[in-house]
Amino acid sequence: MSKLVRFFFAIILVSAVLFYTVHELNNSEGYSGRNTLTIYNWGDYIDPQLIKRFEKETGVKVIYETFDSNEAMLTKIEQGGTTYDIAIPSEYMIDKMRKERLLIPLDHSKLPNLHYIDKRFMDLPFDEDNKYSVPYFWGTVGIVYNSKMLGGKKITSWNDLWDSDLRNKILLIDGAREVMGMGLNSLGYSLNDTNHNHLHQAKRKLDLLTPNIKAIVGDESRLLLENEEASIGLVWSGVASEIMSENKNLEYAVPKEGSNLWFDNMVIPKTAKNIKAAHKFINFMLDPKIAAKNAEYVNYSTPNKHALSYMPKGTVNDERFYPSPELTRKLEVYENLGKKNLAYYNELFLEFKMHRK
Amino acid sequence: MNNKITQNLYLLPYALWIVLFVIAPLLLVLYYSFFDIEGHFSLMNYMNFFTPVYMKMAFSSFWYAFLITFISLIFAYPTAYLLTKTRHKQLWLLLIIVPSWINLLLKAYAFLGIFGTKGIANSFLEAIGVGSKQILFTDFSFIFVSVYIFIPFMILPIFNSLNEMNPSLLDAANDLGASKWTTFRRVIFPLTINGVKSGCQVVFIPALSLFMLTRLIAGNRVITLGTAIEQHFLVTRDWGMGSTIAVFLIIIMFLIMSVTGNRKRGV
Repeated sequence: MSKLVRFFFAIILVSAVLFYTVHELNNSEGYSGRNTLTIYNWGDYIDPQLIKRFEKETGVKVIYETFDSNEAMLTKIEQGGTTYDIAIPSEYMIDKMRKERLLIPLDHSKLPNLHYIDKRFMDLPFDEDNKYSVPYFWGTVGIVYNSKMLGGKKITSWNDLWDSDLRNKILLIDGAREVMGMGLNSLGYSLNDTNHNHLHQAKRKLDLLTPNIKAIVGDESRLLLENEEASIGLVWSGVASEIMSENKNLEYAVPKEGSNLWFDNMVIPKTAKNIKAAHKFINFMLDPKIAAKNAEYVNYSTPNKHALSYMPKGTVNDERFYPSPELTRKLEVYENLGKKNLAYYNELFLEFKMHRK
Repeated sequence: MNNKITQNLYLLPYALWIVLFVIAPLLLVLYYSFFDIEGHFSLMNYMNFFTPVYMKMAFSSFWYAFLITFISLIFAYPTAYLLTKTRHKQLWLLLIIVPSWINLLLKAYAFLGIFGTKGIANSFLEAIGVGSKQILFTDFSFIFVSVYIFIPFMILPIFNSLNEMNPSLLDAANDLGASKWTTFRRVIFPLTINGVKSGCQVVFIPALSLFMLTRLIAGNRVITLGTAIEQHFLVTRDWGMGSTIAVFLIIIMFLIMSVTGNRKRGV
């Protein structure tokens, strides 16, 4: 019995010491505890130094949490019980959240830096007049491949992946829209297609790809491609640019049949408690120098036109990561297909994953 | 009279716990399972479940959970037996339990490195002349890592029941002329059957709904019902279908518990 009491006492003591330390640390850095800003973002999607700098400049303490899919983020915001002040969803999700009244309109007078954003990325169909969202990063979905491991072979189209030489070499993203989109694009259909016949054709085509697939993974794909565990991967452009700087044998291609063009924007969800600090943060991130620094850390393409002049010429002029408007015109943005169609996409994707070699 | 009131008072925390955290969630899961994706009341989810896709998934969940449990048992029983024979058994037992203190995700990531093309496992295979093999993202790696993660939970109950066994029973068996194998079959194993049963339950039930390892270690080449539940709750947000699968799993678990559970003595 006395042992048990001692055990509980020790736990309480350790908790108290930890609590006190946190409190002291916060005080020494000048945080009052009430003035906080909770950011809900994708993993590894901001330069941590910028958060420190924002805290120092404004005295607002930042709490940073991450998610790994738009849907997971939506579930958490919808269910309530969270106090996210800033979230960074993708375009189709912004459209959905806007319609479900989960977003707070932005006060443009508090965002003087907004004019630095390239007009090309403003006023897009998923959020006209940028009433609810401000561009953060943009990019494409494409194929990263290791030209050395493939013996100098080049990959330029989706259909190249069905080559029987590529047995057990391909890593896919564990995302229904990305993978089904690849199947649809390879057949010449739109990646927003909802025709059941077309979707079935795409699924059957994907089944044929099974022998070439090594694994269907999440964020670990960057590690596996960088370490040459696999030679081909379906990835987002930022992942490609990040691992390409680590491994010189890697190449990136946006397939010629077309692919996905995406935008991640900053929004203030309904759960926000500190709307003032949220505007401050958005404006801070729009500053060209800050945006440039962030883009160099994250490796995705910044929509901030003025930030480009603070970045290396080699990066900015790289058509693979900063494709011109002529090139992006061929790409498609995901549309919000509605719950029922999305469920159908997922049903087929699940069936595809079940298909054995 | 007074005694009865205090007795009921003692019952209160238990009753509250059961109602709030066991019965209410189960009813909620059951309730949600009757709604389709549009939020209309329907039995569609149950009809959907009995289609080849989900049946295949249910089968593979069972098959892999069975393999994981069976292999764990094969390795755990002799290990537990050996442990009871060692001098510092508590220390050895502790060493087996220590890995279960480490976060599951960390262990899974470690195996990504070990089983990689340039990992330790492949270096070893090359050194002994077998040559490099694809280990990661195979059935083998999935089962190996799962067994590695679950085996402490199999060893513990078996160890406890072996440890509690009265050694004089073995002497008695020996004196009566039983061979070693007969002693094991007629004395040791029947006396430790409860440990084996609870070990199997503790391993089989979580193994049935494994989901994270299926992606990390098996690269989604193994799809279990756990994967489907995760996808329905987080991606499609079709809570109805997710709940239906959960209801099915709960029913199966009850069945397993009642089959492997303790029957009354003397019956």
